[in-house]
Amino acid sequence: MKIVIINYGAGNIKSIQFAFKRLGFEALLTNNPEEIKAADKVIFPGVGEASSAMQKLKESGLDHLIPQLKQPVLGICLGMQLMCKSTEEGHTKGLAIFDVDVKRFSNTVKVPQMGWNTINNLQSDLLKDIKENEFMYLVHSFYAEQCKDAIATTTYDVEYASALQKDNFYGVQFHPEKSSLAGEQILRNFINL
Amino acid sequence: MLTKRIIPCLDIKNGRTVKGVNFVNLRDAGDPVELAKQYAVKGADELVFLDISATLEGRKTMIEMVLKVAEQVNIPFTVGGGISSVEDVDVLLKSGADKISVNSSAVKRPELVNELSSKFGSQCVVVAIDAKQVNGQWKVHLAGGSIPTELDLFDWAKEVETRGAGEILFTSMNNDGTKNGFANEALAKLSETVNIPIIASGGAGTIQHFTDTFKEGKADAALAASVFHFGEIEIKNLKEELKQKGISVRL
Repeated sequence: MKIVIINYGAGNIKSIQFAFKRLGFEALLTNNPEEIKAADKVIFPGVGEASSAMQKLKESGLDHLIPQLKQPVLGICLGMQLMCKSTEEGHTKGLAIFDVDVKRFSNTVKVPQMGWNTINNLQSDLLKDIKENEFMYLVHSFYAEQCKDAIATTTYDVEYASALQKDNFYGVQFHPEKSSLAGEQILRNFINL
Repeated sequence: MLTKRIIPCLDIKNGRTVKGVNFVNLRDAGDPVELAKQYAVKGADELVFLDISATLEGRKTMIEMVLKVAEQVNIPFTVGGGISSVEDVDVLLKSGADKISVNSSAVKRPELVNELSSKFGSQCVVVAIDAKQVNGQWKVHLAGGSIPTELDLFDWAKEVETRGAGEILFTSMNNDGTKNGFANEALAKLSETVNIPIIASGGAGTIQHFTDTFKEGKADAALAASVFHFGEIEIKNLKEELKQKGISVRL
């Protein structure tokens, strides 16, 4: 099993690598297209600001590579948001893998949403053995709208898509690597896809 | 529904926990990694590590500790203490810290908050504020509360929000160490002043204090040290009682 974590200079990726290590898998940090193409599983992480993260993807040509990948790809947090059509953050155009736009939470709630919230309406093998209303750790100011690609929803300000799937592409707004045992189960499910 | 967070805080000096810890089933109570793992199992929602080492050697040990915690603990954690530059934060985040907190260094040079939030994102920038109520006015204090400033707590909170802070950790010097409850009036006013999450700190003594700070103080999270370290309050019991009081928690 060859797992790679795309390393394009966006945020805390050490935690994801450590989470796989706890599950007994070595994950390689790389931005090398050949290594990414040859992997069995690809993690597309990201924290930080959308337009500068997208800029970094473009500089390395990863914006063309990622949508062409055939193996299971998991976008986490900002990674998931960049797989959507667009995001209001920095008015950024995304990779358009998921047919949905990313919006900012309104100021009727505290922004960012920070902490543990539940995931509901679970639908994919990625979320196998995860129970409805399981808690996941989230830190974000922008969200993917409810849509046909949603495989989990969460409610904060509005009901939004907290996980997405289109073919071999998966995205989660929450941080499985920081979401205790249930989060580790999701990473294990991803390995088993 | 987004739940209220319970956050144990560990003071670290030269890579070891400082305040006495009285935990059964712990091989080495001075080892922050062991303690962090225990807290994750017991249901803590997050952890805060506060580095109080004053030496360069202590700083290096802290980074090694952060790496070990990130390797072994599956819940988020914040690292604070002695952070004053983009470089300091870069090393900590690369070592696996989820968030960092700045305190005195932000008061001395407020642009630091802008620099950190634009480089790393607001989501990982916590501004810790120590304040004391003197003659009815909440004034920001520096260096662990020992040096008073003329800064008003609420003005400063608003300013750091504007500069890109993602969260505020407010410690009331009047309440800290008293075990008489959190500074709920000031906390509620803070929540009305800013639109980012607020962590309440200082004064936890009983489960009722946590209930009060979530209900009256409108806090998003509550931080405490000794009541957890000495087993005076078990996190699971605390959360069960909070749930019974209608407060949403992760159980």
